[in-house]
Amino acid sequence: MLDGRGLIRRRAGARLWLSGLWLALFVLAAVLAPLISPQDPLAQDLMLERLPPAWMAGSEPGYWLGTDSLGRDVLTRIIYGAQVALAVALVAGLATCLIGSALGLVAGFYRGWADRIISRIVDIWMAFPPVLFAILLIAVLGTGLSSVILAIVIIDWTRFCRVVRAETLNQSKMDYVHSAKVAGFTRLRTLLSEILPNVLPTIVALLTLEMGIAIIVEAILSFVNLSISTDQSTWGGMIAEGRTSIHQAWWVLVFPLIALFFTVLSFAQFGEGLRERFDPVLR
Amino acid sequence: MADTIFQVSDLRVDVPDMTRKPLFGAAPRLEILKGVSFDIARGTVLGIVGGSGSGKTTLGRTLVRLVEPSAGRLLFDGQDITHLSDADMRALRPRIQMIFQDPMSSLNPRLTVGRTIAAPLGAGAGDPRVKAALEQVGLPAAFARRYPHELSGGQRQRVGIARAIAMRPDFILADEIVSGLDVSSQAQVLMLLEQLVVELGLTLVFISHDLSVIRRLCSRVIVLRSGEIVEDAATADLFERPQHAYTRELLDAIPIPDPSVRW
Ligand SMILES: Nc1ncnc2c1ncn2[C@@H]1O[C@H](COP(=O)(O)OP(=O)(O)OP(=O)(O)O)[C@@H](O)[C@H]1O
Ligand SMILES: [Mg+2]
Repeated sequence: MLDGRGLIRRRAGARLWLSGLWLALFVLAAVLAPLISPQDPLAQDLMLERLPPAWMAGSEPGYWLGTDSLGRDVLTRIIYGAQVALAVALVAGLATCLIGSALGLVAGFYRGWADRIISRIVDIWMAFPPVLFAILLIAVLGTGLSSVILAIVIIDWTRFCRVVRAETLNQSKMDYVHSAKVAGFTRLRTLLSEILPNVLPTIVALLTLEMGIAIIVEAILSFVNLSISTDQSTWGGMIAEGRTSIHQAWWVLVFPLIALFFTVLSFAQFGEGLRERFDPVLR
Repeated sequence: MADTIFQVSDLRVDVPDMTRKPLFGAAPRLEILKGVSFDIARGTVLGIVGGSGSGKTTLGRTLVRLVEPSAGRLLFDGQDITHLSDADMRALRPRIQMIFQDPMSSLNPRLTVGRTIAAPLGAGAGDPRVKAALEQVGLPAAFARRYPHELSGGQRQRVGIARAIAMRPDFILADEIVSGLDVSSQAQVLMLLEQLVVELGLTLVFISHDLSVIRRLCSRVIVLRSGEIVEDAATADLFERPQHAYTRELLDAIPIPDPSVRW
């Protein structure tokens, strides 16, 4: 067929492999942080403050990406920061996805009072500006990793709920749903074995997007010092510190930003790549 | 009567007419079927014709209980199914099957053909009944691994037929099943259907607005106009001695395939 599927597949291949490679590095760095880090993430040494990256004049061996204003190794702190980012992406992403998608499927398929209640709650939720909402929640829940994750789930489940509900509604109008009834399927079986496979590509795309968003939200909260205690290294915290010394030591700001940027981008691209690779309708 | 599979008496379907709903209070009812009565004899092919919007699809979907009647009585094999609950209806589902007009929408796009046919049987895609059903509709067994978008329109419609007959039903409803196909696949699908009806001893209701197709396939025809039956006759009688002006109008609208032949 002359429909460019070959082209899509080749692009999808590159997309999937490049983003997958970065995410694999990210996960490995987080899991193996104590083994692969060149330095101790918290070791301060005023003799070593603001060392430039290894390829610049005045660098010290072993400090590949330089040090910050307290003499802590930037590469090591980025690697440890990946732990927090990974935990947030996985736990907050999956929990948000499960809760939002389940409610969206129920609302879109069963309609009636369940839909009215769920849609009303979503409407109310959407009226809050998300960043303010997050800061408010942290104020109530207290700082710390689990509060950050909880706040993300509480705020962002509506993103899944809205999209999944709309898609479920669309799918429920298709004749294959009537056909399932003629085949004698129960409503629940129709939802799980007929409709869910058709909504799943949307859910996966949203999930990978959400994982990136969760990392950004954590970084923003770290940036305004509402996330995790300051001795734990987080990308957002590093960016906040780096901002103050941008003229003396740009590398403290730039390298965590690059790590954040590529990780968030890779999550989104990975989701898109998975869809193009594994969705039978696009393949 | 033992050889009557469906008995329909004074069947009515109405829906709330949202276009005329007042600001407060209930919407007026829009009558789609205004009391239709007829029987379907076992092992026969009944045609339902009528103009667009006459209620053919609604009537068909009421027979298979995708639409709930608002009044009247519907007997299947002597059992009253007019208001049978979904749960009780499930026991009868395998015996009452349907082939849909649009096979693109009625086949799940993300399930393989094999799974689509096997799932209602409670079997896996490798079940021998899947292969048998595919062969009966003239498709190679390897098609079980394909997805609907990898098939042609005619092949898709054959899969729709295979799914229906795999259940070994007594009754099949076919609603405009060839109207989306080109002329040559239409002829093939119709030939297949004709042959299956005989082979499997099926009772078939065939909905179409194409009278030449009805003439070929059906032994009896019901003519529907705005939710009412205007004529109910054996096919030969209907074509030779149409009783109702509306039927004559429909007959006159058939394009004559060969200009030298006159009706
Ligand atoms: N859910 C509904 N709500 C309101 N009106 C409906 C609904 N379903 C059908 N109708 C109306 O009922 C009438 C009969 O519809 P139906 O689909 O049964 O016609 P049909 O004979 O199958 O037409 P066609 O040949 O175009 O398929 C139409 O006027 C249609 O607009
Ligand atoms: Mg119709």
